[in-house]
Amino acid sequence: MVDKNIKLMQGNEACVEAAIVAGMKFYAGYPITPSTEIAELSAEKLPRVGGRFIQMEDEIASISAVIGASIAGVKSMTATSGPGFSLKQEGIGYAVITETPCVIVNVQRGGPSTGMPTAPGQGDIMQARWGTHGDHSIIALYPWSVKEIYHTTIKAFNLSEKYRTPVLLLLDEVIGHMRESIELPKEDEIEIYNRKKPTCPPEEYKPYKVKEGDIVPEMAGFGEGYRFHVTGLTHDETGFPSNNGNIAENLIKRLVSKIEDNKDDIVEIDEYLLDDAEIAIVAFGSTARSAKSAVDILREEGIKVGLFRPITIWPFADKQLIELSKKVSRLVVVEMNLGQYYLAVDRVASKHTKVEKFGRVSGELITPQEIVDYIKEV
Amino acid sequence: MPSQLVKEYFRTENLPHIWCPGCGNGIVTRAIVKAIDNLGLNKDEVCVVSGIGCSSRASGYLDFNTIHTTHGRALAFATGIKLAKPNLKVIVITGDGDASAIGGNHLIHAARRNIDITTIVFNNNTYGMTGGQYSPTTPTGDKGTTAPFGNIDMNFDLCELAKAAGATYVSRSTIFTANMLIKQVENGIKNNGFSFIEALTICPTYYGRKNRKGEAVDMMVYLKENAINIAAYDKLPKEQREGKFVIGEIYKSKRPEYTEEYQKIIDSFSEGV
Repeated sequence: MVDKNIKLMQGNEACVEAAIVAGMKFYAGYPITPSTEIAELSAEKLPRVGGRFIQMEDEIASISAVIGASIAGVKSMTATSGPGFSLKQEGIGYAVITETPCVIVNVQRGGPSTGMPTAPGQGDIMQARWGTHGDHSIIALYPWSVKEIYHTTIKAFNLSEKYRTPVLLLLDEVIGHMRESIELPKEDEIEIYNRKKPTCPPEEYKPYKVKEGDIVPEMAGFGEGYRFHVTGLTHDETGFPSNNGNIAENLIKRLVSKIEDNKDDIVEIDEYLLDDAEIAIVAFGSTARSAKSAVDILREEGIKVGLFRPITIWPFADKQLIELSKKVSRLVVVEMNLGQYYLAVDRVASKHTKVEKFGRVSGELITPQEIVDYIKEV
Repeated sequence: MPSQLVKEYFRTENLPHIWCPGCGNGIVTRAIVKAIDNLGLNKDEVCVVSGIGCSSRASGYLDFNTIHTTHGRALAFATGIKLAKPNLKVIVITGDGDASAIGGNHLIHAARRNIDITTIVFNNNTYGMTGGQYSPTTPTGDKGTTAPFGNIDMNFDLCELAKAAGATYVSRSTIFTANMLIKQVENGIKNNGFSFIEALTICPTYYGRKNRKGEAVDMMVYLKENAINIAAYDKLPKEQREGKFVIGEIYKSKRPEYTEEYQKIIDSFSEGV
């Protein structure tokens, strides 16, 4: 027992601890409730590990500085909440088209606009998917506990490096601020993925050419002798702008397919008592904790209910949900919004089963009993 | 045949550039590379960051570490780059709208931090890329496609703005006084802090035509005849200052540089180890 490293930790704190373990060396942010602890702790911890923190003048500056630092070769992160997430969409699109690894944490709150800054909400599900303009795919992870925040933060960095793409980490206000005990993994138990760097001579380097067998182009950093160009315009393999329609289409399709074609690697789900379930609840984050308790209560009453919990909410777990929809008579999507993930579930599952939504936007958590009552009443 | 300077510092495979005949951006871009050449900087250690607009397309033509960012945000990207790799010489290329309208907030805060970035604003008094709308530096009364009855806004004095915000090197030159501009870029890069250089350039295609300023040469003559060196300007009686503008090194000071101050914090932890 002695060698176990058990800590009582807040969710936002677990996020920063894990980010540093994952290799974060740069953080730029702007104060916003309920994510502020992530900035405060990054400011406190980064210089101790040779990293750098800066509080920028606004949310857009923060995501811009994060992308700049990543292109200069440093693993980077920012955190925000609803209104700040809206402002960061410009930068998220730039990171998508320039294939810049970075992690954006959104500790959600009630919206729209200033909404309910200190109350939980899960209203950014669709903004996470489609917030920035233009066709694109995105990776978004959604942990449900302090322990899982730790693991998904490391995973967010790893996926962003592996797929050269911004990765969103969606937290619920209640989990960001909740304290739970967590057993920290040992260094040799943690897998860290670093972006693949070019080894070719600089004159042969094409910053946006994907080598055979690779998923994404190799990524040099500024100041490493490669002198490449980065632009948010559509570009060819050399990185320079191109108006050629075929080049543009091939680029956008490649950016989408590098994520959508690798769902087996990216998508992580958790299942609870689904084997014999006749009713399945779909829920994520703190709502899934209530849903799990609801499953236990209903099971005690002999009702065969299970929980399907996507940890990766985007890209969408369509394969798993279609499979599930063929086995159950009801799929109940429970979320703290008016039915956002429900839209995606309904699109793939309604052919095989009845898809229902149960949600609220009052800034109050959905309790297990409310889920139990809903399932029994309908 | 391109000159030796062009061969050495431009990505000639990307030329010709997109700028209109008579545009002054080429002169400013050449002044920047000439200054880099004069200073003998290693190309691998130079990073050019640009925003969006006509001038910001310059980054793609230059053989350094280059990045063409989003509208107004060049300084925010540059801040991240400089903090990630403080050994890089970071130069920002931006326009008047990019730097002082959509990017105005980033400009004043980069100046306030005195981070070691050299910013060159290509001021052509208009939004050229989008077809000649009025910008924060379009003189009051002048026309733009979005100011068909004349601009009623007061125009910004960008150098005064940068100085007030905390820049430690502030200068202005024109594309007519190109040698002065080269020297200013050199001094701006040498300054260990935030340097702000306003390069007055011309847009005969939109601003010039809309305001009946004549051909490119006429606009150059205008710059020549109305620019007054700071020393002479200070001695000029008030009534003779009307319509004139100051060029030269407007402000120089010394303040702690941002990345060096942060390094001290990092060092304070590693010393204990």
